[in-house]
Amino acid sequence: MTETSFQEVVDDRPSGFRAVLTEFWSYFSENRGAVIGLFFFIAIIFIAVFAEFIAPHGPNHQYRDALLQPPFWQDGGSIKFPLGTDAVGRDMLSRLIFGAQYSLFIGCIVVSLSLVAGIIFGLLAGFFRGRVDTFIMRIMDIVLAFPSLLLALVLVAVLGPSLINAMIAIAIVQQPHYVRLTRAAVMTEMTKDYVTAARVIGIRSLRLMFVTILPNCMAPLIVQAALSFSTAILDAAALGFLGMGAQPPTPEWGTMLAEAREFILRAWWVVTFPGVAILTTVLAINLMGDGLRDALDPKLKRS
Amino acid sequence: MKGDVVLTATDLTRHYHVDRGTFRTPAVLKALDGATFTLMKGRTLAVVGESGCGKSTLARLVTMIEKPTSGMLHIGGTDVTAADKATLMNLHKTVQIVFQDPYGSLNPRQKIGHALEEPLLVNTPMGKKERREAALNIINLVGLRPEHYERYPHMFSGGQRQRIAVARALMLNPHIVVLDEPVSALDVSIQAQILNLIARLQEQFDLAYLFISHDLSVVKHIADEVMVMYLGKPVESGSRDTLFAQPHHPYTRALLSATPVADPFRIKERIVLHGELPSPIAPPSGCTFHPRCPSMTDICREKAPETREIDGCRVACYHPKTY
Repeated sequence: MTETSFQEVVDDRPSGFRAVLTEFWSYFSENRGAVIGLFFFIAIIFIAVFAEFIAPHGPNHQYRDALLQPPFWQDGGSIKFPLGTDAVGRDMLSRLIFGAQYSLFIGCIVVSLSLVAGIIFGLLAGFFRGRVDTFIMRIMDIVLAFPSLLLALVLVAVLGPSLINAMIAIAIVQQPHYVRLTRAAVMTEMTKDYVTAARVIGIRSLRLMFVTILPNCMAPLIVQAALSFSTAILDAAALGFLGMGAQPPTPEWGTMLAEAREFILRAWWVVTFPGVAILTTVLAINLMGDGLRDALDPKLKRS
Repeated sequence: MKGDVVLTATDLTRHYHVDRGTFRTPAVLKALDGATFTLMKGRTLAVVGESGCGKSTLARLVTMIEKPTSGMLHIGGTDVTAADKATLMNLHKTVQIVFQDPYGSLNPRQKIGHALEEPLLVNTPMGKKERREAALNIINLVGLRPEHYERYPHMFSGGQRQRIAVARALMLNPHIVVLDEPVSALDVSIQAQILNLIARLQEQFDLAYLFISHDLSVVKHIADEVMVMYLGKPVESGSRDTLFAQPHHPYTRALLSATPVADPFRIKERIVLHGELPSPIAPPSGCTFHPRCPSMTDICREKAPETREIDGCRVACYHPKTY
């Protein structure tokens, strides 16, 4: 037996970030709903970012001579207000466009807050196990035991109604899901040999947690983040509708619905359009999240 | 110097508490129950035994991932059980490990180069350039190519990954390397390559190996000393040549008789053991091997045998075969 300087077949697939991205896209693009969702979501981002230039009117500008004007295709509507005006003469379309800003803002803040907190608690629980684990997970169980909207309502009632407080409340309500996901993923990774190997070469706990283990747990977290983005928007709209979220005259979609409640029978457009906006946005993000899950789930991969 | 003692273990034990539900007291699992051995510079001690006999627990104790329940472990003259944190951190560098499964022992999100440099990054004040140089150096040494530096583990075959694992273990210039079944997950053709690599590195760096295996033909090829374990206890240990030529303990003889030999004219003495390995939670009384032993007598059931020296081998048996 002599040691041969062997030339094994080397895998020459491209490596690095671009290759990962290419592979991801090839899986993602198989799901047509997800691609549609993604493009819709990109469109919403575009609208939100350039709201100032796209919106025909200011979100809070009142046209006193055009109260509750119907959309342009109905009798009495005009092209000046394509989707009509609300009870105090504000252009619906402009308010919806500016509302997109709030929805994305809420989604981003809530997801990042709950993601960061969830990852930290989940890592601690999964890494140290024992009492730390029991302590964190029982608290999370308590939070999960409440109906989520009810708990958010209570929290807002304590903190006082405002958009910021609503976001904090929703983040607290959502964060147990991240904790559980992270903990489960960390526990799986902890049993693998590379973690033991990292210990043997002298890597300390903190580096082990965040540099070695965490990157291997990200796939389920990304999916959860995408899916809970829509939940956050929905919950914020619900809180807004109940008067506990964004306060008038903020053009937040849920708040707009609440303001329009008394006109449901007289002017359908003031309630329908914010509702449709919430529906389509949430639907698009959910479709996209499903596609993400399919693309990132290693069990569904074929290579 | 070759032959200097780098590690001594005396009566090393490791017990685990196994939870059996809320209303029952936890059971004690004796994974390792009194192992005594020494490791010498430039030499290989092979630990053999069937699965569940405490081989991997031994590896975890020697690499200081876990603390022994009792017993003494001296590494390079320092008592591990009594060492403080700073000393332990230093000792960690001197003992490294190579795992059985090359697919699980490398971080899938880490490039090979980075995986090799990480031990230096966290343990030494070396600069970026020096680390890279050291990594490329070792890549060359284990028979990989410099372009592998930028690759991820999933791009390698099992044999190549095991070379990477060996390379990573050597990054800190250890004195002792624990090889936990390093070739049992590989093809036979690749096994030979890895074994030769391991042997060459031992020669080059004067490494002491603790080679854990259940494959006796591999052990015969690489070991200087052999320790046979059964249910957490070493039953026989001695030099490779004596032990393979003259096995004393009935368990050793049974193990050896089960190794296939490519010689059709050899007269086979096939000793077949019956039954399963008993549970280490409730080990049999006396000599733990007695329920499966062909030469069992009454005393075996009552009292555990002391370890005796026979023909240069340390044997724990009342009825060893003598030659």
